[in-house]
Amino acid sequence: MGAGAFMLPNIPVSGRPVAPEELLTSGVDVAMKKRLADAALNAAKAKGASYTDVRIGRYLNQYVMTREDKVQNIVNTESYGVGVRVIADGCWGFAAVVDAKSEAQTARAAEEAVAIAKANAKLMKEPVQLAPQKGYGEVSWKAPIQRNAFEVPIQEKVDLLLGVNAAAMKNGANFVNSVLFMVNEQKYFASSDGSYIDQDVHRIWPVFNVTSIDQKSGKFETRQSLSAPMGMGYEYLQSNPKDKVTGITTRYNKGYDMLEDVIAAAQQTKQKLTAKSVEAGKYDLILDPSHLWLTIHESVGHPLELDRVLGYEANFAGTSFATLDKWKTKDFNYGSKQVNLFADKTQEGSLGAVGWDDEGVKTKRWDLVKDGTLVNYQAIRDQVHIIGENESQGCCYADSWGSVQFQRMANVSLAPGKDQLSVEEMIKGVEKGIYIIGDGSFSIDQQRYNFQFGGQLYYEIKEGKIAGMLKDVSYQSNTQEFWNSCVQVCDERDYRLGGSFFDGKGQPMQVSAVSHGSSTARFNGVNVINTARKI
Amino acid sequence: MATLSKEEAKKIIDKVLAFSKADEMSVNLNGSRTGNIRYARNSVSTSGETNNLSLSVTAVYGKRSGTATINEFDDASLEKTVRRAEEIARLAPENPEYIPMLGPQKYIDTPTYFESTAKIDPAFRAQAAFDSIDPCSKKNLTAAGYMEDTTGFSAIGNSKGLFGYNKATSVDFSITVRTNDGLGSGYAKRDVNDAAQLNTRSATEVAMQKALASSTARALEPGKYTVILEPAASIDLLQNMMRSMDARNADEGRSFLSKRGGGTRLGEKLFDERVNIYSDPTSVDNPDAPFAGDGRPQEKVMWVENGVVKNMFYSRFWAQEKDVKAVPSPSGIIMAGGTESLADMIRNTEKGILVTRLWYIRAVDPQTLLYTGLTRDGTFYIENGKIKYPVKNFRFNESPVIMLNNLEAMGKPIRVNGSMVPPLKIRDFTFTSLSDAV
Repeated sequence: MGAGAFMLPNIPVSGRPVAPEELLTSGVDVAMKKRLADAALNAAKAKGASYTDVRIGRYLNQYVMTREDKVQNIVNTESYGVGVRVIADGCWGFAAVVDAKSEAQTARAAEEAVAIAKANAKLMKEPVQLAPQKGYGEVSWKAPIQRNAFEVPIQEKVDLLLGVNAAAMKNGANFVNSVLFMVNEQKYFASSDGSYIDQDVHRIWPVFNVTSIDQKSGKFETRQSLSAPMGMGYEYLQSNPKDKVTGITTRYNKGYDMLEDVIAAAQQTKQKLTAKSVEAGKYDLILDPSHLWLTIHESVGHPLELDRVLGYEANFAGTSFATLDKWKTKDFNYGSKQVNLFADKTQEGSLGAVGWDDEGVKTKRWDLVKDGTLVNYQAIRDQVHIIGENESQGCCYADSWGSVQFQRMANVSLAPGKDQLSVEEMIKGVEKGIYIIGDGSFSIDQQRYNFQFGGQLYYEIKEGKIAGMLKDVSYQSNTQEFWNSCVQVCDERDYRLGGSFFDGKGQPMQVSAVSHGSSTARFNGVNVINTARKI
Repeated sequence: MATLSKEEAKKIIDKVLAFSKADEMSVNLNGSRTGNIRYARNSVSTSGETNNLSLSVTAVYGKRSGTATINEFDDASLEKTVRRAEEIARLAPENPEYIPMLGPQKYIDTPTYFESTAKIDPAFRAQAAFDSIDPCSKKNLTAAGYMEDTTGFSAIGNSKGLFGYNKATSVDFSITVRTNDGLGSGYAKRDVNDAAQLNTRSATEVAMQKALASSTARALEPGKYTVILEPAASIDLLQNMMRSMDARNADEGRSFLSKRGGGTRLGEKLFDERVNIYSDPTSVDNPDAPFAGDGRPQEKVMWVENGVVKNMFYSRFWAQEKDVKAVPSPSGIIMAGGTESLADMIRNTEKGILVTRLWYIRAVDPQTLLYTGLTRDGTFYIENGKIKYPVKNFRFNESPVIMLNNLEAMGKPIRVNGSMVPPLKIRDFTFTSLSDAV
């Protein structure tokens, strides 16, 4: 599947509603977690499991939702439970228990997991092959946040959003929705390899959507925030000049000025109403990181997931054009020489950053496409033997204690260009082009060849200069063709993260949060269509 | 245990309401057992079963509301949950759009529950998977599929005397069959309330036939084509359109149903006069729960009649503002069709493209309901009433509003995604590029 920036009302809310104060309580302590885990590890072993892992998870969410001058909803949820995964008779088995606070409960879940594994073993064609993993003993990891968003009073959040909405209305918007999403995953992992890993993960996403209407023509236009969901605390909402990228409109790095962005958005929706409708044809595209993250996500992140390549997602998300035979040639040309794409589960501030993944593997960075050539995939412990490696890449994840962990996308990013190049210099070199900022409509086929993307803001470039705003723009391309048309990538000064809170995959579907970094990049001769219609 | 009887559910709800000190209180009690089995590469990959029983209490003081939930049902836990909901309500900001709770309502009986589904066990699921994998293995094809069954109940009650109870079962099954050379792919999906009506082998055989028939696809130029959309292809576009029929968005000027100069297009003819879309929770083929989440009764509603927009759905607040009936949004729709089978429709087509399924559908322009997406898992060229050859997949950019104006013919409706939809023959359907995906 894919991952966009969804606005209300399609927000997955999991867990039970709780009072906001409960989000600040500490939950089960580490010593108790170890006892609960050991009970499960021992019970599974006694029943014949050859491998066991236990995940004790407490998942906290707070969503504050507003429109214009009203608070629509404040959601506080907590979900706590234990999931036990085992290998018995060469087959995986999984069982989970909600609100588990006794050793008897986790032991029972472990026994159930073994029974399921043994039952399913009869339907297995070949036994699970698990890459070796050393135990780390008792270790911990905390996201390096400065201000825990759950400690910020609700009133401060409500005031921020209502202030943002008021600014939008004052600047000519007809409607505005704004939302603050905050997530804290308190995850404890233990395995029969000898790891006991305690982790504290934080994520935040401030987002708005502004609408302007021209009643006379009956037309309306929207502009969504240029924020990114981040693996950060409330400090992301601390505006800081060094985190601003100025230009035709201001974009943001690790500090987001929501008020400034909404004022720009309100004015830009008015401009969009009278903007020139694009003439379809070939254009050189200059894509801002606030837009390019989603193209990277769909055309690089997903096709290089090994489970898709192997066919495990064939009935839902699909398979992949980047088949093993192409990778084995060692010269499959994924993109131009400028294209270096890497996976990284350690990047600070990113949504995917953790110390260890959900099967106890220490996270790392690795190359996927090097100087344009496909060099690797994303794979986990029971897959890496297929690509000739004996160590997992550490990108296993479950969205809940009650979901079984599986291979999920790491942060996949485009490396900045090696030569000094600013966005302004890049624009100067373009004769006929479109500069796209922000993510919009997105669609890609089930093997990740053909895609179509829109954005939030489109600017026409004529002979090296921005000539004005455009609308009704979408571009269509083919993954390999597109990445081979990449001729320039700005240097690291422009490198920023975008990302998704709700990337969906699997049946039953699980969501995952993932970031994608890049600097602004140029793609030559891309097919642009006009999306205006009359009904 | 997860499926409580009406009497058991009412007893718990009444007990909760008796603890209330709030101005108003509502209770939702839900229980379900959901099982699933997933397979790929002709082998089962995961299967499981989860039971859930949860109670949610909403307390209201004036225009402030608070919700708390619990999954323990002793008196002390229930009372604690009521007190917590009341505490949260007192601290919550006022909701200026709050509408007082409904009083007692009359709900019709709907045929949503079947014992055949409630009885499903791991052995049933394994057999269903085997019936799908086995014919594929024998023909050197690769199956990937998923089946999920749910048995559950939903009960609602409030301090104004409202009470509702519904028991429901459902099974969803989907199967993708691919040829081992990766050049052919076929798909089929089924959803039923009554498991006795599900045959995973016959659904798989349809997907197998499509996989084998699609493996030598030729490229056609993108452009406007007459298409026959199977129900699995048109359903997402139709459901997206129905979800956009919210009256408030239309009144506010940000919907395809907004009128130039203000107001809505209610009563306007927007589609071909043969288009009739309604919802009916009592439908034997497509039953639904008799009440919405907030307690409003679900009744038969005509949404589009002879091409004219007859109803839009309203929140209770917006209905009060506009002084109209607060019609809730439906969960499933029924689009009336004709009597022809899909085979008849193909036979009556001179030139066209048969589309099994559309995929990765995303909105491009909410004003015109323009959507993009791709064909997938079996796309075929029809000439002189016969399927001539498979064609490569296309990307489309099309609006369901335009599509339902370009209607050529409709076949017999079938159940898909909790709705009933006929196969649709549409002229000038817009394909904008080719995809290499199989």
